[in-house]
Amino acid sequence: MADTDREDEELFTEPSGTQSQPASLSTEDVSANTNGPNQDALFDDDPEDLFAEATEEVSLDSPERDILLSDGPSPAITPITPPTSVIAPRIGHTHDDMFTHSSFDEIEEEEVDDSFDINISVSDPEKVGEYVVHPVQEQKTSMSLFKQREFSVKRRFSDFLGLHSKLASKYLHVGYIVPPAPEKSIVGMTKVKVGKEDQSSNEFVEKRRSALERYLMRTVKHHILLKDPDVLQFLESSELPRAVSTQALSSAGLLRMVNKAADAVNKMTIKMNESDAWFEEKQQHFESLDVQLRKLHISVESLVCHRKELSVNTAQFAKSAAMLGNSEDHTALSRALSQLAEVEEKMDQLHQDQANADFYLFSELLGDYVRLLAAVKGVFDHRIKTWQKWQDSQILLQKKREAEAKLQFTNKSDKLQQAKDEIKDMEGRVQQDERDFEQISRTIRKEVGRFEKERVKDFKTSIIKYLESLVLTQQQVIKSYFTFRYVTASV
Amino acid sequence: MTSIDESNKEKFRSVSVDLNNDASLLIDIPDALCERDKVKFTVHTKTTLSAFQKPEFSVPRQHEDFIWLHDTLVETEDYAGLIIPPAPPKPDFESPREKMHKLGEGEATMTKEEYTKMKQELEAEYLAVFKKTVQVHEVFLQRLSSHPNLSKDRNFQIFLEYDQDLSVRRKNVKEMFGGFFKIVAKSADEVLISGTKEVDEFFEQEKTFLLDYYSKIKDSTIKAEKMTRSHKNIADDYIHISATLNSLSVDDSTANKKNLQKLSDLFEKLRKVEGRVASDQELKLTELLRYYMRDIQAAKDLLYRRARALADYENSNKALDKARLKSKDIPQAEEHQQQCLQKFDKLSDSGKKELTIFKGRRVVAFRKNLVEMAELEIKHAKNNATLLQGCIELLKSN
Repeated sequence: MADTDREDEELFTEPSGTQSQPASLSTEDVSANTNGPNQDALFDDDPEDLFAEATEEVSLDSPERDILLSDGPSPAITPITPPTSVIAPRIGHTHDDMFTHSSFDEIEEEEVDDSFDINISVSDPEKVGEYVVHPVQEQKTSMSLFKQREFSVKRRFSDFLGLHSKLASKYLHVGYIVPPAPEKSIVGMTKVKVGKEDQSSNEFVEKRRSALERYLMRTVKHHILLKDPDVLQFLESSELPRAVSTQALSSAGLLRMVNKAADAVNKMTIKMNESDAWFEEKQQHFESLDVQLRKLHISVESLVCHRKELSVNTAQFAKSAAMLGNSEDHTALSRALSQLAEVEEKMDQLHQDQANADFYLFSELLGDYVRLLAAVKGVFDHRIKTWQKWQDSQILLQKKREAEAKLQFTNKSDKLQQAKDEIKDMEGRVQQDERDFEQISRTIRKEVGRFEKERVKDFKTSIIKYLESLVLTQQQVIKSYFTFRYVTASV
Repeated sequence: MTSIDESNKEKFRSVSVDLNNDASLLIDIPDALCERDKVKFTVHTKTTLSAFQKPEFSVPRQHEDFIWLHDTLVETEDYAGLIIPPAPPKPDFESPREKMHKLGEGEATMTKEEYTKMKQELEAEYLAVFKKTVQVHEVFLQRLSSHPNLSKDRNFQIFLEYDQDLSVRRKNVKEMFGGFFKIVAKSADEVLISGTKEVDEFFEQEKTFLLDYYSKIKDSTIKAEKMTRSHKNIADDYIHISATLNSLSVDDSTANKKNLQKLSDLFEKLRKVEGRVASDQELKLTELLRYYMRDIQAAKDLLYRRARALADYENSNKALDKARLKSKDIPQAEEHQQQCLQKFDKLSDSGKKELTIFKGRRVVAFRKNLVEMAELEIKHAKNNATLLQGCIELLKSN
């Protein structure tokens, strides 16, 4: 009940109008309606409180939102200071430690996305009160869109999820490819919350930090998303209201799940008459790309695993060689064996470092793109839904026309008038739906172009970095063995 | 018929150095044939010694023939004071065969090129195992031929010369049981050797050293094997990565196509280098450790035999005392005691010599192999770096 209320209040007044029946609402729509408190998955308070807060939030924000959003997805946006009336977040929210991250470095922006140059970095988490936060530093150049040159904010993991949620609900269904946020990991989070200080939890922390950084960078690289007020607020505000609907078990979460299921069914039953070969070709292209990237991802994950094994085995061998050297009674040979142990210890370290590079520069890149492709697919699916809506309106119009025709032969003039009015409305709707469809088709074309360009650039940059890491390793190997050889030859 | 060419043999001959230098008796295995599980070695001899009927000849031999020769030498009393070169291990194709089987099962999940490459990798591995077994059998014979005493052994000569099937002379069932008892006796030896009080400083040190060193080198061998396996796994991963990049390149219709292709080629080249890193490490490090582990065992066997001789001598002393007490059979007891003493002294003398030579041999072999391993690692790393930098240049320039 509460959900629908919020939805009515807080509407996208974008030209493409989402004032549709609840049934065709995507899951994101529901969650986005709350500008309310963010929550992390399972560790949260009773829903009651959250919803109460949420309503508050929305009423304060919505007028501003309307202004911002009425500009639609066009690049020209009037500079707006983010609402200073942003609600103070719920401090003293008893639950657990959540990660708060994010810092920015430089933000410059131009109208066109190509010469874009923003740098964001997310730092390691630290605890502030009950939460875990990331410390932050940054600078930026002046830009009308932002209030200050530099900023530094502290954000919790749930804040990131909340941001994505909002962006997805606003932009996905009109054809924009919104970068997906990093996934929640209950196991990982529990370990960290419990305070377990071991290698796997350190790895988890770093993995998450890196993922959040990449997520933000991708989001701000999108020229439309960068200007979104939610993004600006996320980047700038010292306090951020918390999102409620990211909670998996909330009613919002449940509704999300139901809608997802409905979507899946719809996908199976909608058969679109594709008049545009471009879309068909692109869909196939993305499908095959998805298959290949997944396969590559698996192979690289295997590489990471084997390299870690190599590191462990090398370390063990080094220890064993050291013991052998101790046992050796020929002095010079004993020294050589100790040297061998040292060299292999260095190799162990190199292999470890290389495994990290394998992971962060190659494996994670692939993982990100597998999830990005899911977002791309989603956007194509939305187009089909939009088409379907248009078809449905046309059918309805036809029915109304038929009904009106029948009424012509009766003497119910008042009913006839009503029918004629309804037809007029319906015609308007059909036209709107058609415009929506054309709009989303146009947007997708542009987006796909942007995405592909970005993808190629992204891969190239990362792969070059990765290859450079491999080169570095090899150079270290050469150095180490060179010294070793010199010592051993004199045995 | 899989044969080994000379250049490859040179690389392999480093485990034991300075063999096959004496022109009076030159032995090598120029050819070997692999039929299912059985390997047939062609043993080729060139000699100037009159003990042999012909100056040059070849005979076919199986692994079991080598084992027979080794065991015969071990059982020869006269050689009790010598370190008998360790018997070559049985040819073991289990690992590549198992991998080939797994590959066959997983064939459906990979592209044709991937499958072909994996198969090539496995065939190379199979070949490497084959080469290793040839080498290790060859070195065994060469150790014998370069030993002043063992080279003159009659059974050794028969092994080299006898142009009929040796199986008649090989272990029969009775002898096999004898072998079993020998293993049981050996563990008793271990107890004996650790318990015996050693008068001779030299042997005391050797005993301590060899016992400790053996367990350490065994451990190192196992750990080195694991390292090599990891390298091989990484090489396999590179194959898959290269194949998928190739597929991506084929599907790609943009300017990125070339980049993907270059990357695919790079990984293909990298995996070849990685494969060589693995096999060189295997050869220079793992094989070295494995060989000397067996050699140390042979040295330990010498110590056991000496300990047994010492025990015999002490027993004979007791028997002599008893005989003197009973005033019965004194001359026999005295003679027996003398024999035991002589045997023990002979063993100690030759044992000392052998162990000293052994240490020298070990040091030389380790140095040679470790230096060569380091040089190969450097070579492969340089190769890798060049390949990588080449690819980086190409990608950046595009």
